[in-house]
Amino acid sequence: MLILHCPYCGIHADETELAPGGEAHIRRAGPGSDDTEFENYMFARKNPKGVHFERWRHVHGCGKWFHAARATDTLEVFGTYPAQTTEPPEEILAHIRKRRPDWKGFQG
Amino acid sequence: MSEPWMPKPLQSFQGAVMVARHAPVGMITLRGDLDAAEMAAAVKGAVGLAMPAQRRIRSGKRGAVAWMSPDELLLFMDHDRAPVAVDRLDKALAGGHHLAVDVSDARALFTLAGHGVREVIAKGSPADMAPDALPVGEFRRSRIGQVAAAWWLSDAQTLHLVCFRSVGDYMFDWLCVAAARDGLPGFLAV
Ligand SMILES: [Zn+2]
Repeated sequence: MLILHCPYCGIHADETELAPGGEAHIRRAGPGSDDTEFENYMFARKNPKGVHFERWRHVHGCGKWFHAARATDTLEVFGTYPAQTTEPPEEILAHIRKRRPDWKGFQG
Repeated sequence: MSEPWMPKPLQSFQGAVMVARHAPVGMITLRGDLDAAEMAAAVKGAVGLAMPAQRRIRSGKRGAVAWMSPDELLLFMDHDRAPVAVDRLDKALAGGHHLAVDVSDARALFTLAGHGVREVIAKGSPADMAPDALPVGEFRRSRIGQVAAAWWLSDAQTLHLVCFRSVGDYMFDWLCVAAARDGLPGFLAV
């Protein structure tokens, strides 16, 4: 069972209170982009065994979208953080590096 | 048993705890900047209460105000007063980005009373119903079964619950089954 701390209402929300929103920090390839860039934006998603950044919504709760950093192999949660950011905050990254010294780092 | 502003029960059931469904009550969804002085004044004008802290509910003679999210409140009052209250809120908050909607007829309100009201809810919700996780006066949005709901305790043995009216009958039936006599394990009973 996955439990994520919602940064907006402060509840430690059970997975069944949440709705998954897929990979986080995807940058839109808009007008002016070529077909490959648009295809990547539209269809290509990371599927790592290990550290992953995701979007979640506290749907049966305060209703807000937020971000979570967790490990897909162990289900360890490194932290959650607000949605109003285009990349993970430094304290989350520092915590991941401590827990996973061989981690390659965030690639947007 | 119920708060001063709550209407009489429409139907009730006595099992391990008492389950009652109230007659329609006025409810207003109010969204905007909860830190703004205008918002605090508008809420005070509508229900006579100060702004609730995160996840808290304040209840008084004229109504109640619950914290729903960082930019949303739920106001409770007499059913008849809600449309006028929306007009007044709109006037008080004019000029600022806000939303005030009368949702009275889209909601159902229940009261559960007795030893073990926490256990009745715990049967169908992932929310931590232990007294230290959900103290009296804390407003918890979650789900019962697959249905969205929110609840709070006004004292150790009285719980109030709000859900969509479209699932109100389901909720009443669910609560009655969960509150069946001799059906509580006594784990969270107070
Ligand atoms: Zn939340």
